[in-house]
Amino acid sequence: MSINPRELRYEVEELYYEYVECLDDDELERWPELFVEDCLYKIIPRENFERNLPIALMRCESKGMLKDRVTTVRETSVYAPRALRHLLSNIRIKGNENGQLHVQANYAVLETLSDEETHIFNAGRYIDCVVREDGRLKFKEKLCVFDSLLVPGSLIYPI
Amino acid sequence: MKRADGSFSHEWPAGYHRIPFWLYSDAEVYTREQQRIFAGPHWCYVALSAEIPRPGDFKRSVVGDKPVVVTRDKEGGINVVVNRCAHRGVQFCRRDFGNASDFMCPYHQWTYDLKGNLRGVPFRRGLKQQGGMPEDFKLEEHALQRLQVTERHGVIFASFDPHVPSFADYLGPSMLFYFDRVFDGRELRVLGYMRQRIRSNWKLMFENIKDPYHASLLHVFLVTFGLFRADQPSAVKMDETGRHAVLVSRRGEQKASEGTQEMKSFRANFTLTDPKLLTPVKEFPGDATVVMQTLWPNLIVQQQSNTLAMRQLVTRGPDAFDLLWTFFGYADDSDEMTLLRLRQANLMGPSGLVSIDDSEMMELSQHGIGQYPDATAVIELGGRDAQDEEHMVTEAPVRGFYKYYREVMGL
Repeated sequence: MSINPRELRYEVEELYYEYVECLDDDELERWPELFVEDCLYKIIPRENFERNLPIALMRCESKGMLKDRVTTVRETSVYAPRALRHLLSNIRIKGNENGQLHVQANYAVLETLSDEETHIFNAGRYIDCVVREDGRLKFKEKLCVFDSLLVPGSLIYPI
Repeated sequence: MKRADGSFSHEWPAGYHRIPFWLYSDAEVYTREQQRIFAGPHWCYVALSAEIPRPGDFKRSVVGDKPVVVTRDKEGGINVVVNRCAHRGVQFCRRDFGNASDFMCPYHQWTYDLKGNLRGVPFRRGLKQQGGMPEDFKLEEHALQRLQVTERHGVIFASFDPHVPSFADYLGPSMLFYFDRVFDGRELRVLGYMRQRIRSNWKLMFENIKDPYHASLLHVFLVTFGLFRADQPSAVKMDETGRHAVLVSRRGEQKASEGTQEMKSFRANFTLTDPKLLTPVKEFPGDATVVMQTLWPNLIVQQQSNTLAMRQLVTRGPDAFDLLWTFFGYADDSDEMTLLRLRQANLMGPSGLVSIDDSEMMELSQHGIGQYPDATAVIELGGRDAQDEEHMVTEAPVRGFYKYYREVMGL
């Protein structure tokens, strides 16, 4: 990717903001489209990550599995309605080699349930691999490492 | 809610096919449960042996709501001690896992060995002939409180009650058979942890896994793909007391039957874009492809296809509990088998395509139950008693649970 670093940074940020927008604005169907076909998406507690334990809360090994997650959220899972809001910070391009960008960012997810105040539902960092496909950046790997092992209730939507 | 003589002012109708809702919110009931159930003559799951393989390894765990530490001593023995300094009650162990030669309380540096024996007390003899412990102070009288410990095939249980029966007697032959089906003596390999706090009474978790009725109705995913469904060969079994149970079933296909007409969640046309998730391989003897075992009072052993997990319950007051998931496989698993286990874990845990429904439903139950202590649940599917069945159109294991619960609780 021989591209002006400022433009690259702008493009990366756009990818992250669009990613968050899909999740927060309940446009989940757009979410898998931000990944390449042969991708890996995992949500993993920090405790497992630091101890090299492989189990993940969500593990999608292809764009198809991402789509299946969306379908289950939409059609098969039974859960109370909620609003989610992602806050992103400290987006950093940590490496750029062989057409793969290594990007990290911090996130916090606020959750609002009926009869409840808004609370911090989940916080952690993204450890991602971003590639260019058909002229735009997409996720090849997205790893969400969250800080507190203890999840309040259920983690239904992707992070 | 309690009278001066210790009895409860609420009434519980005779039998165990009606469950009064005050059981799920009353603080006095919760206190008695801690005393008679979690500190009573019962084996509580605390750890897998594979989590503390080497001398000096330790793990923090919980019995009921009481913090404990599980250690492996220098001789290779397993010890479970309270995580509470004998001096002033400080929770001295704050790391979830680790390796140590001893434990030192950070407050006044009382030091214990891995078996909980008190080894040292600073300023015991005083300084410059001043202060110090009394002459008759004996280290051996101030050890950490130790729990009874038993291990079977790599699974560690503890009990506060010295009169707890042997583990084999505690489970009974039929439950031991199902326990040994998953824990057959092979070395286990921990694949990782998940944890969630569910804002409902802990008993609702056991009811959920003892209730095959809901599984065929609530869980679109299980029903549609035939992973667990009432029209498949199934059974519910209990031990003699009714406190432990298994739900056993065999995987079927995604096709309509007489039974699916009443299952609104059956979707004949629902397919996965990437069906990797639904390609389990047979690995246990016999026909069963799913066995969910509930072991009184704090463990669910999950075997759904190739995903294996311990689900440990930690009570957090009458209206909340933590569910601690330890996913595992076997040390001799091939990489392909490990990958299947990781993949199928998508079904379970706080984001599980199946278990999301349950955790959400338990919280909804508590919302309904909590404010109506005088109402009761109706548990009559399959009759009013609690016996084994070769089908799953029954709530018998829930009745079995409450049959034993009433005895233990004196309610």
